[in-house]
This record gives sequence, structure tokens and C-alpha cells, in this order.
Amino acid sequence: MSENSTNAHEFTVSQISAAVKNLLEEEFAYIRVRGEVGRISRPSSGHIYFDLKDEKAVISAVAWRGVSSRWKFQPEEGLEVIITGRLTTFAGQSKYQIIVDLVEPAGVGALMALLEERRKKLAKEGLFSPEHKKTLPFLPKLIGVITSPTGAVIRDILHRLEDRFPTNVIIWPVRVQGENCAKEVTNAIYGFNSLKSDGKIARPDLIIIARGGGSLEDLWGFNEEEVVRAVFASEIPIISAIGHETDTTLIDYVADKRAPTPTGAAEIAVPVRSELLGLVEDLSARLKGAILRLIMNRGDKLRAISAHLPRKSDLLSFARQKLDLLDEKLSNSLIATKAQKSLMLAKIAPKLSLSAIRQRNKDWAKNIKYLGDRALVSIKRLIVEKKNKLDKYAKLLQSLSYNSILKRGFSLVIDEKGKIIARAANININDNLNIKFYDGNILAIAKTKSAKLAAKAKEKNKKSSKSDNKQTSLF
Amino acid sequence: MSEKIKNMSFEQALAELETIVAKLESGQAPLQESIEIYERGEALKNHCENLLKIAEIKIEKISLAKNGKAVGTEKLDE
Repeated sequence: MSENSTNAHEFTVSQISAAVKNLLEEEFAYIRVRGEVGRISRPSSGHIYFDLKDEKAVISAVAWRGVSSRWKFQPEEGLEVIITGRLTTFAGQSKYQIIVDLVEPAGVGALMALLEERRKKLAKEGLFSPEHKKTLPFLPKLIGVITSPTGAVIRDILHRLEDRFPTNVIIWPVRVQGENCAKEVTNAIYGFNSLKSDGKIARPDLIIIARGGGSLEDLWGFNEEEVVRAVFASEIPIISAIGHETDTTLIDYVADKRAPTPTGAAEIAVPVRSELLGLVEDLSARLKGAILRLIMNRGDKLRAISAHLPRKSDLLSFARQKLDLLDEKLSNSLIATKAQKSLMLAKIAPKLSLSAIRQRNKDWAKNIKYLGDRALVSIKRLIVEKKNKLDKYAKLLQSLSYNSILKRGFSLVIDEKGKIIARAANININDNLNIKFYDGNILAIAKTKSAKLAAKAKEKNKKSSKSDNKQTSLF
Repeated sequence: MSEKIKNMSFEQALAELETIVAKLESGQAPLQESIEIYERGEALKNHCENLLKIAEIKIEKISLAKNGKAVGTEKLDE
């Protein structure tokens, strides 16, 4: 009946549970355990619960709220870590767990492996593809900087901006390491993007995310997936400048441009103002030179063409002279003919009887009329010939006249007396101007007087008024 | 060509100014057009200079509410 009666001490459940608790807590008050982080949960209480495991066993671990904020590094699933803490039991259920004081990655190798794995995964999703890179604005109006508001990084950026091209800057303050880093940077990226360009806080058109150098753990926040995804989703172009040139974080892969240092980010963000001013000045000088040369060339051409234009009076007088000459010859020949005939008549007349004379007179009269008619015909023909010649010259004159120049876009300015005004200096305020275009004339009144030109012209006129007059009279 | 100059970005304005200078320097354009594009070139130059002139550095810091939302800006206290 009492087979089970032994000397062994009989515990209540509570007693044995308490005894085990004491034993465990005394024996394992300070331990370091190496293992891989398994399932991890972060409820709103702020505590962190996770499993720590190796090939054969699993142990529960808990980090109380507040403890994890002191860690450089946050545990994540799959990462090999070393935990410092103590064992305790969860008395109600007779389970034991580790109360965690510190989580460290089990060497840089473990972190690097995790980083590489994450990089590959995100790359496969296309987050780092060049076709997703946005073009940076050439001259940003407002640069949003996500960084710590204190320290060298922001000062380096501001100084370099000042040197190159002073630009407005809006800083979104974040912690750049520790537990909250990734969350705050993510929030800042979304925050900048949610600003309206006409809102109370202006929306930047370029974002720089910057941090100074540090260890892999220090920079770990910039490897977090949520940060990488926020950068990818940003509509505003982003320059990343995390750590030194040799530090590469995942944010560098996804950013639209990676700067080797915070100073480098400022250099990428804005061009050098003085260089641009020089460029514009240079172009401006070339613009002015080109238009002046162009106008001078056209002026030279105009002068060259007008010099070849024959004088109107020359053309006419030449033709008239020829006409006069012919006219004179014509009348001379008539007179000569008449004289000759009269002579012949005088010789023959006495020899003739009256009737014969009459007959002859009749014949002569006939002859004279005939000759006279012929002379008339030839005179008419001559006149027609000369007229044709005259027409030809008139046409030539027309083709060479200034009208053909007007047709090409030039115009003539004529004063009230019908004289050509070749210089602005010759125009006074309220002068009536007759502007002759190819297709007609308009009347204009001068509103201004070119003071500079007038002064110049006065001076020039004193020296060589003669040559100026000659120039104008060519027209 | 007919684009409003005041709405142009610096690069757009600079690129067009370069094109105009090249065209005028070639001397090929008719007089009337040359004068028109010269005037546009002048306007583009002024626009570029204005964009470069407004260079000032004003630094502000976002002030955040408890929930991480931006509520305003303040001066950066260095």
C-alpha cells in the first residue's frame, strides 16, 4: 500500500519551483551565451522577446523596455549574437529564460554576412537598379538635410554650400545611431516627401542624408530595410553621404547619388556659382559682339552696293545727248537735200519750156514729197529705236535702285524736305520722319534723340563733314 | 522658342542662350531674325543672372511633435 514511501523529501509544486528559481538565479547570475537569433517580437510594451538557438536547443530571451536603447545594435532574426545577461524562471509555468542586458553581434563577420544577404535580397527586388535613379536638380532651391543637428557633419555641409552656391537648407534632426536611428531617418524621408511646396514648411527639392564615419554597428541604422525602402519610395531625389568613402551602407546603393563624404554631398548638390556667372558673362559678351558684327557687315554691304549705283542724271543725259546728236543730223540732212535739189532746179529751169517746166515742176514736187515722206519714216524709226534704248536703261536703273534693297528688309528714313537721313545724330526730337519701306511709306515722329550719337556726330562733323555729305548723296 | 523665359530653369535658359550665340556668330540668320533672337538672348542672359543672383543661405531646422510629425521650423542653434 505504501510502496511509494521513501525517505525523499516531499515538495509542494510552489516549493520546488522556488527552489529551482533560487538555484538557477544564483548559479547563472551573470552569463554570456552565443547563438542565433530566432523568432523575435517587439510588442507595444517596449520589451523585446526572442529565441536564441543553435542546432540542438532553443532558449527564450527577454530584454526589458529601456535596456535596448543603450545597445549599438539591435538583434534580428538569423543573426549570430552573443548575449550577456542572467537566467531566471517564469515561476508560474516553470519555464526559464534569459534576462538580456546586452546583445552584440558575434563578430563583424556575422554582421557582414547578414548585410550581404540583405543586399542581395533587395537587389533582386530591383531597389538598386539604375533605372530607378532620379535626376538631381541642377540648381536646388531648398535642400533638405537629414542628419544630427549638432556636430561636424552639418557644419561641413553648410560650409561647402556657402563656398559653392549659397542655398537654403532645412534640417530634419535625427539620431544617426542607436535603436531609433532607422525609425527616425525613415520618418524624416517620408516627412520631407509629405510636405507641400506651398505649405507652411516648404518642401525641399533635394535631400541629403548624412552621417560621419563609424563602425559597422554605428552605421547599422542605414542598413535597415525600412530606411532603404523609404529612400526608394522618395519622390524627392536623395544623395547619401554615410561615413567615409570606404564605408558602404545599403542606403548608398538605393540613393539616387552616393557621396563619399558629407562635404562631397554638398559638392554634388550645387554647382559653383562663380563659374556659372563667368559662363553667362562670356555668353553675353559673345552675343553682343555677334550682333554688332552682323549689323556692321550688313552696313558695309549696303555701302558697297550703293557705290555701284550709277547716277540718275548720268543715265538720262547720256541718252539725251545721243538723241540731240541724231536730231541735228536729221535736220542737217534735210536742209542739205533741199539745197541740192534747188540747185539742180536752177540749172535746168531756164532750159525748159513753160509746159515742160510745169511738167517738170510737177514731177519735182512729186519727188520732193516722196523724199519728204521717206525722211519722215526714217525719223520715226529712229525715234522708236532711241525710245527702246531709253526704256532698257530705265529698267536697268530700276533694278539697281534702292527699292531692291528695301525689299530685303532695309528701310529709308527721309526728312520733310525729302532728304535721306543716314544717321541717328541728324534726328531731333519731334522731327517728322518719312520711313520708306519696300511696300509703302509711313510717317513717324521721332520720340527721342540719340544723345550719345549726337555728340559723337558733332565731333565727327567738325572733322570731316565733307566726306559725310558725299556718302549720303550717293543715294 | 516661345516658352516663357521667367518659367525656365537655369539650364534651359543657358542652353538656349548658347544656341542663340552660336546662330548669331555664324552670321547666317536674316537681319530681322537676328535682332529678334538677340533681344531674346539678352532676356535669357538676364534671367540666368537673376537665378544666380538670388544665392543666399538660410538655415532652418524642423521642429517635431511627439509623434514625429513636422510641426514647424526654428533657427538652427549651433
